[in-house]
Amino acid sequence: MKLNLHVNGQRRSVDVDPRTPLVWVLRDELDLKGTKFGCGMSLCGACTVHVDGAPVRACVTQVSTVADKAITTIEGVGATPVGSKVQAAWLAVDVVQCGYCQAGQIMSATALLARNAKPSDADIDAAMTGNLCRCGTYTRIRAAIKQVADLSTDKSEG
Amino acid sequence: MAMHVLPETAPGTGVSRRAFLKVSALVGGGLLLDFHLPNVRAAVAGGAGEALNAFITVMPDGAIGIRAKNPEIGQGVKTMLPMLIADEFDVDWKNVRIEQALADGVKYGPQFAGGSTATPINWDPLRRVGAAARQMMLQAAAASMSVPVSELKTQSGSVLHVPTGRKLTYGELAAAAAKLPAPDLKTVKLKDPKDFTIIGKPMPGVDSPLVVTGKPLFGIDVTVPGMKYAIYAKCPVFGGKLVKANVDALKSLPGVRHAFVLRGNASAAGSTGPLDRLVDGVAIVADSWWLAEQAREKLEVEWDEGSAAHDSDARFADEAAKLKGQTPAAYIVKNGNVDAALARAARVVEADYAYPFLAHATLEPQNCTASYADGKLTLWAPTQNPESNRKLVAATLGIAPQDITVHMTRCGGGFGRRGASDYAVEAAAISKQVGVPVKLLWNRADDIRHDFYRPAGFHHFKAALDEHGKLTAFRDHFVTLGSVEQPGSSAFAGPDEFPARFVPDMEFAASFIASGVPTGPLRAPESNGLAFAFQSFIDELAHAAGRDPLQFRLDLLGEPRILDSTDDRYGHQPDFDTSRMRGVLELVREKSGWNSRQKLPAGTGMGTAFYYSHMGYFAEVVQATVSGNGALKVDKVWVAADVGSQIINPLGAENQVQGAVLDGIGQSLLRLNIDNGRAVQSNFHDYTLLRINQAPPVEVHFRTTPNPPTGLGEPALPPVIPALCNAIYAACGKRVRRLPIEPATLARA
Repeated sequence: MKLNLHVNGQRRSVDVDPRTPLVWVLRDELDLKGTKFGCGMSLCGACTVHVDGAPVRACVTQVSTVADKAITTIEGVGATPVGSKVQAAWLAVDVVQCGYCQAGQIMSATALLARNAKPSDADIDAAMTGNLCRCGTYTRIRAAIKQVADLSTDKSEG
Repeated sequence: MAMHVLPETAPGTGVSRRAFLKVSALVGGGLLLDFHLPNVRAAVAGGAGEALNAFITVMPDGAIGIRAKNPEIGQGVKTMLPMLIADEFDVDWKNVRIEQALADGVKYGPQFAGGSTATPINWDPLRRVGAAARQMMLQAAAASMSVPVSELKTQSGSVLHVPTGRKLTYGELAAAAAKLPAPDLKTVKLKDPKDFTIIGKPMPGVDSPLVVTGKPLFGIDVTVPGMKYAIYAKCPVFGGKLVKANVDALKSLPGVRHAFVLRGNASAAGSTGPLDRLVDGVAIVADSWWLAEQAREKLEVEWDEGSAAHDSDARFADEAAKLKGQTPAAYIVKNGNVDAALARAARVVEADYAYPFLAHATLEPQNCTASYADGKLTLWAPTQNPESNRKLVAATLGIAPQDITVHMTRCGGGFGRRGASDYAVEAAAISKQVGVPVKLLWNRADDIRHDFYRPAGFHHFKAALDEHGKLTAFRDHFVTLGSVEQPGSSAFAGPDEFPARFVPDMEFAASFIASGVPTGPLRAPESNGLAFAFQSFIDELAHAAGRDPLQFRLDLLGEPRILDSTDDRYGHQPDFDTSRMRGVLELVREKSGWNSRQKLPAGTGMGTAFYYSHMGYFAEVVQATVSGNGALKVDKVWVAADVGSQIINPLGAENQVQGAVLDGIGQSLLRLNIDNGRAVQSNFHDYTLLRINQAPPVEVHFRTTPNPPTGLGEPALPPVIPALCNAIYAACGKRVRRLPIEPATLARA
């Protein structure tokens, strides 16, 4: 079935089974390999993308359900004001170990910070608990989110 | 696969007498320094190597290339090892470009990630490579300027003539340097550590900009023209055989190109484990991985489950309960007369400890892309041991080793899992059968249920205290898994296990339960279970003696002294320096506020433990709170570590320690159950890895001592598990003697 998708600001056309999970369409039809497969059951968050700005697990999202919506992946999130700050903070704090979960972590963190510029620890827990990091970089994930929050606060105060 | 690797070197240099440098010119006036250094004696199960190798390239425009030879699994070696070369070469880190080397055992020698060995193996030799390259630049500049070398100094990628201020860049000197003979590695001048400009500075991971923008780096990201996607369905019982499968019915399903049975073969390594050979299964090859997965749902297979179908946690526990009272099968340590010491003890303490199987659960599931054509095979593998991929695939599929090319990709986690090559063998066999490139990807259930596991273990302890609360005798009967006669992989212990060598009357005995469950190394193998059992029981002894548990440990360690290793299982192991362990215990006591712990509120407690593994000395304190209903919160962890004279990359080092500590806390809450010969758990709803809301702050302190630097991937992990269990005891009076910690059992009546 032919579907028109709107990915990272571009129109993309694919011909796939409409039930295909979005993660495989992104990775293997559109060659956007940044979105990762980890569990296939919405348990690890490695496949997190934004659909109309909200974080969604692409491994359990049938592609036909997002045909008319704005999809943002890790490859495109740097073009958003919050996404670029989150990526910069991830580098400044040196969050990454193996790096496999980090695309999903960045997508979840960006969605959090876009709607809540100064999240509390409880807010961070609520937004990020669906994203597993097997290397245990949680300490630095929290620090990087707070760094973005502090920068935005400084700006609003200054 | 246990790996304990010690350098075999010329005295005081860290470099073999047989080491040499080869210099050659590159097209366009560049310099290539080919460093061949057969200085490592490796005792690696399944194969040993003896050479190290690294490359430096200098281009005329001043660009410096350093080749990273080891697999990157998140431990930071792709950043850390080139730092050693770059600092001694005296170049600007910003101008260094790092490339991942191909797997090539002849060219590079052993290329593996395991045993926290990269630092101790490479610390001295790789600095010498950099220093040799620097010396060549000085010589080339001296010839070019017609001045003595003594008037020259290097400065961030250039050579400066001090009296005149004249300067030539390494790029300008590269062509001339390429014509010089290679310096003697043993006599090159190394920097005084106070002059380091890169070593000891916080350096972010070199691939991190690619990671945070989603560039393809991992095995799962590999794409090859004409590639198809494969799954491989295996018997849920370890070692089971395929009787029949409805493969013909699968071939007509949407997108399916091939569906066929592959027959397993005998172990290439002569062992009985299912991971060192191809095992029976059904391959489905399709136009997309999801279509292959859809076809799997229609798969009907009859399996002959074999003898392992009787394995279960319950059987292992029953047998362990029987064996612990019987004559042991073997003694790891047998010193003095424990029975006599127990008979005259003021107090005898006795306890049973147990820990479960654990899976690795790398977040990137096992996968491999294979392309077989005309007798030659190319693999793209996320692997910790590419040479093992080559050897096993060659032995299993009858392809000559030299006809196999292995590209190492970044690994989405390793933890020991990617030291095995089972998934590479499967991908290669499928590609060989269908004649097109194939990407094999396991789903999460495949990954958890076809792992090799941290073996479950059982310990029956009995110890004697005298009237002063001093430990006088110690006995452990360790019941572990393997065959009837011997332990399985990573299912044993050595004679240096503390408190061996510190108690005169000591018995450390072992018995074995025959099991079909594959076992093997998981991050800090052996230590991750042993530390829990031994350091928890020692805590019980401290409390029984009415002593401060941290001071009790200091007293057990005794006077500063160096004890010879008695463990020769993997060649001679380093000696144990009691002053280094005392140093980290005293440091963590100070940093954690241990001596003020009585002021903590009711329900909150501190526990401590120390552990020596992978040449690292670690002492840790955990503060935990247990509520009345048993809810457990880990409030904070303090780590004191001694890994020698230099922390090479402080940013990466802290990350490794924090990650290992959180991994250990996660392990203490996890189990992989075996029932009817199969793994019960299948995904992250029932194999519940640690999440951010459970992760405490981890404060890390390094105590530097004048000893050669050692690795950090593993040794921070083992002590946090007993430290947490000891904190739970301090918080609520419940002693955790069986992992995982079950919070419901901590509730107060």
